[in-house]
Amino acid sequence: MAIAPERVSEEKATRRVKARRQRIMEAMAAPTLTVAILLLWQFGVGAIGLSEFILPTPWSIAARIVHDYRLLFTNSLITIAEMIAGFVLAAIAGVLTALSIFYSRIFERAVYPILVALQTIPKVALAPLLVLYLGYGFAPKCFLAFLLAYFPIVIATVVGLKALDKAMVNLVRSMGATEWQTFFKIRLPAALPNVFGGFKVGISLAVIGAVIGEYVAADRGLGYLQLQASSQFDTTLSFAAVVAIALIGVVLFGALEVLERRVVFERESAK
Amino acid sequence: MSALKSTELGPAVGAMMHGVGVEIEGLTKIYETREGTEIMALDHTNITIEPGKFVAIVGPSGCGKSTLLSLIAGITPLTTGRILVAGEEVKRPHPTVGVVFQTDLLLYWRNITDNIMLPVEIKGWNRKEYLPRVNQLLKQVGLEGFGPKYPSELSGGMRQRAAICRALVQQPGLLLMDEPFGALDALTREQMIGDLQTMWLSLRNTVVFITHSIDEAVFLADRVIVMSPRPGKIDLDLQIAIDRPRGWKSRADRQFIDYMNQIRQVFEARGVLSKEAV
Repeated sequence: MAIAPERVSEEKATRRVKARRQRIMEAMAAPTLTVAILLLWQFGVGAIGLSEFILPTPWSIAARIVHDYRLLFTNSLITIAEMIAGFVLAAIAGVLTALSIFYSRIFERAVYPILVALQTIPKVALAPLLVLYLGYGFAPKCFLAFLLAYFPIVIATVVGLKALDKAMVNLVRSMGATEWQTFFKIRLPAALPNVFGGFKVGISLAVIGAVIGEYVAADRGLGYLQLQASSQFDTTLSFAAVVAIALIGVVLFGALEVLERRVVFERESAK
Repeated sequence: MSALKSTELGPAVGAMMHGVGVEIEGLTKIYETREGTEIMALDHTNITIEPGKFVAIVGPSGCGKSTLLSLIAGITPLTTGRILVAGEEVKRPHPTVGVVFQTDLLLYWRNITDNIMLPVEIKGWNRKEYLPRVNQLLKQVGLEGFGPKYPSELSGGMRQRAAICRALVQQPGLLLMDEPFGALDALTREQMIGDLQTMWLSLRNTVVFITHSIDEAVFLADRVIVMSPRPGKIDLDLQIAIDRPRGWKSRADRQFIDYMNQIRQVFEARGVLSKEAV
């Protein structure tokens, strides 16, 4: 009838061991695959007779990064400055535009369709024109970063503001809340997860904007460094720049996530 | 101005609330749909509710009972007629009114205490002064110690209890409840009905309770107003003279069953419920 208690605890123990093994395997999956790909790359290049000149190995890229860190660092700072400036402008302008769209029906009717239509223009194609208008310096890169980051921030913020349950608004209005209070007590906190979603897309695009701007015309920055490297068939340095660009994207995305966790209470996290 | 008045009165813990009267005169509400057609939700409705009474409004979906509530709450503009709460015409939400909606509408990013404090913050009162009252309310509804928890950590019934605390924190002279237990399971609902009665007996403020449950209405109310389908009109106005506190056994009382039947007959006559083929 009853199962012996020692049997039960034995089964529990094996189940626990199995569960732990599963967790470890899940946690190890991505790092293992990454290492495997890097190893394949490292030894595959020589094995299939590719010249390091065409495809440098991960090891030589890493060595180059260490060797030329000063060069990469100074150029990274330029690119970071361009894209952060572009992103911050996009965040401010994007949220303000979204608020105007949300609060003014006429503004929405006038601006929203145009914004959506503009979305279809590949903004990168504007880069040569921006150089023509804004010159070779900081401005066109910053502006391109701004352009790329602006739209997703606007759209995400509008969607976030509109998603609020009408009943919530009625609730605070029944307490006598002004629109100002309604905004700060419920609209803004409820929209924040979406706003941050827009920010995260925006910051990734801002990196792209800045680098593309540098490809078109620049005398400094990671995009410029890459062009220089390519013109001298220095593929290893070009790859080193790619790593730096990727790193910038990852670090800034991570920084936004840290900020988000401090500011935004995730609905899911408590469940 | 009235918010100021309430601050002077202070949030005396456990004090009896003073129910306020409600007068509804010639109230008509016409909605315009997006297609431009007009829907009359209420047609020249007159109701006078005495201070300190528990009034239930029963009716089928679409009879305008929820509309009536949001009109009293001052969150929907009326078409013609007028509503007086505590003798003052409702043009915007009246400060002495607390509302409980069908869903709890707790803010997921605020813990329970902060959720209950929401009206206190909005009215610009001192949070610290209200803290003892919040804790006392939580205790009264069986949520003692749940203040620091987040809504997602609570069950549906517990969340609705917290929503009731939020409506009561400002000691409303009039409590409006819009099918507050409609989203709860049958057992939780049963418990909540009993607890609401206990709570109300200690407060004795005016309550307008919207429901589509005949049983709920008869069990809780001093007076049941039955509304007919659109346009909403009053079909029956019934005083419920059953001693309080009412309990399980009251439901088996001859009186209780009679009241239920009277209401049911109105619904049958209106075609809301079909006659039983027995």
